[in-house]
Amino acid sequence: MAVAGPAAERAAADGEAAQFEKRVLTTTVDRMVAWARRGSIWPAQFGLACCAIEMMGAAAARFDMARFGSELFRASPRQADLLIVSGRVSQKMAPVLRHIYDQMLEPKWVIAMGDCASCGGVFNNYALVQGVDKIVPVDVYVAGCPPRPEALLYGFMKLQEKITRTAGRR
Amino acid sequence: MSRAAELAAQVRGRLAETDLQLVEFRDETTVIAPAEQIIDVLRTFRDAPDGTPVLTDLTAVDRFPAEPRFEVVYLLTGYAPPVRVRVKARLAGDTPSIASATALWPAANWLEREVYDLFGIRFEGHPNLTRILLPDDWGGHPLRKDFPLTEEPVQFINHVPRIPGAIIPKTPPRP
Amino acid sequence: METEITTPEARTETLTINMGPQHPSTHGVLRLVLELEGEVIMGTTPVIGYLHTGFEKEMENRTYHQNIVFPARIEYLATFIEETAYCLAVEKLLGITPPPRAEVARVILSELSRIASHLLWLGSSALDLNVSSLFLYTFQDREEILDILEMVTGQRMMHGYVRIGGLQWDMPDGFEARVRRFIDHLPGRLDESDRLLTDNLIWRKRTEGIALLTKDDALRYGCTGPIGRGSGVNYDVRKTFPYSGYDQYEFDVPLGKNGDAFDRYLVRMEEMRQSRRIIQQALDRLPGGPVLVDDRKVALPPRAELVRSMEAVIHQFKLVSEGLHPPVGEVYAAVEAPRGEKGYYVVSDGSNRPVRVRVRSGSFNNLQALPVMVYKGYISDVVVAVASIDIVLGDVDR
Repeated sequence: MAVAGPAAERAAADGEAAQFEKRVLTTTVDRMVAWARRGSIWPAQFGLACCAIEMMGAAAARFDMARFGSELFRASPRQADLLIVSGRVSQKMAPVLRHIYDQMLEPKWVIAMGDCASCGGVFNNYALVQGVDKIVPVDVYVAGCPPRPEALLYGFMKLQEKITRTAGRR
Repeated sequence: MSRAAELAAQVRGRLAETDLQLVEFRDETTVIAPAEQIIDVLRTFRDAPDGTPVLTDLTAVDRFPAEPRFEVVYLLTGYAPPVRVRVKARLAGDTPSIASATALWPAANWLEREVYDLFGIRFEGHPNLTRILLPDDWGGHPLRKDFPLTEEPVQFINHVPRIPGAIIPKTPPRP
Repeated sequence: METEITTPEARTETLTINMGPQHPSTHGVLRLVLELEGEVIMGTTPVIGYLHTGFEKEMENRTYHQNIVFPARIEYLATFIEETAYCLAVEKLLGITPPPRAEVARVILSELSRIASHLLWLGSSALDLNVSSLFLYTFQDREEILDILEMVTGQRMMHGYVRIGGLQWDMPDGFEARVRRFIDHLPGRLDESDRLLTDNLIWRKRTEGIALLTKDDALRYGCTGPIGRGSGVNYDVRKTFPYSGYDQYEFDVPLGKNGDAFDRYLVRMEEMRQSRRIIQQALDRLPGGPVLVDDRKVALPPRAELVRSMEAVIHQFKLVSEGLHPPVGEVYAAVEAPRGEKGYYVVSDGSNRPVRVRVRSGSFNNLQALPVMVYKGYISDVVVAVASIDIVLGDVDR
């Protein structure tokens, strides 16, 4: 039975507000977009050398990259958000790599997977680009030769953190 | 006497006019042939009974600054009975050339292109002698000894940049 | 009025299509320029070199010991076999043989490496033909091999474990049991893949009679490995030019009859079973003793000796600061890699660096035969042909 009176009305309004707080989250659009982006990063299917094998390993059953929302390797760069440069980039490959990067739609991110992509690795010679950051901007560097799938996943989570952190600033 | 040495001696007997030198090292037989007659020598090895019908590898060595500086190396293999012979021809000068073996083995096609790309040795009679590994507009031939490795210095102890190749210097040859 | 109806004259022309270097089914960065007449392939020009790393030049500028780093990165699917190949060449140059325990251990690890490589091939080529589930199964088994290799060497892929004259250190406790456990369950897993593919109508329709290579062509193009054997060329380096004591093991060399993609698949499946046989025999005869040759001019002295012997310290210093000095000469050592004959041709002038290291790779020669395989076939079969060759672009381009 409802009790009339100003005090009762106030109590009912308070209760409603509390219910509302429980059921509705407020945030900014930027943060929400970043949350959505973070949870479904689709990498480009772009394997170069040894690291590509470990990248396949990361996508396969044991390491299961799908847990983080990115098992879907896209063959077309147009549908991809993330370029994992998995291996050494030769002088002949460099223009192709840049071309693929340019084809990707914004927003896009790059992980330099492995030592060769990060800085040239054990190869220091005429044939290789010493670090892929000379061609495309790199968001996360993953060290290792080749990095273990766990390392790639860690780098991937760092990228997710970065996407969350830089929401709205891009 | 190994099978390879027997085969090489047999081929030398058959090509009496050609000056073939035989070298044995670690049970491997190397035949040094004059560059002008290389195709004849290769064909004789290929067609000899129990010979070496397969071209396993074709490559070159640069012995700069010695002269003649280039060696073109053919590795020939017979599967049954097993036999393996290395045939070498020496080439002098900066613009060396030798006859192409593509007529004997189609396998020589890419292998010769690779040698041309990396050493700058021309193969006369090759159907398509263009670069294969490096970009078409590349200058120079990287596996020549006078082509630098072009290393970038890397920071080492106390952040002093050093060239990796210089950390263990090359020692003079020991006898 | 009568209108004249004219039909445009039928015109045929060949269509040039570019495939790669970034293409999901080229297994890396291979580029193919295809000449098509309708859907029929009239010409194929592979364009390679997108992964040219300059290994051969790099190896001329490092000491023999430093160079152990590189081979595994040339062909990154059968890493252990690569390292062994290079070390065998230098050992031949020096005229030394590793101790028996090291040789048998090399055989075990090489064969495991071969199985890992073939499993990866099986998974990825099935993926190319849209049998995606197999990829997950084969990677599961491959991970187990990588676990064993990691247990022994400390690294999953780029081991750096083989030394000139033996191995870096002995196998850890539990190694044998672990390998036995793996090879015990391997046949069951292979049978599963067999059931998924060999009796699979789609798989057979897409591989039988596709990418044909005759025995003559295989010989003329110098095709080795499963490509050569699939076409009936009876050549396995382990049998013909035995190394590491392979002549003491009993195993069969499977041969194909038709030289098509299906035969190559069967050859590889059988090779995995034969590898298992070799591992079993090797485990049964694994002797004790040292794993590194006892030659102070070649191998580093054991750590315990350094505190007792001045001589050992000098040897250690010389080997580390200069490296070893092989005699003047040139050798070629070949091994049977999963992609055919892998050979290292090492030329020495007596200094601490090689004059030339040439890597004879199986993939390079095998890929050269691709235009022959796909000539007058359909464009959709190019994917099958490339998958059946099982190229590693690092191996092709070096």
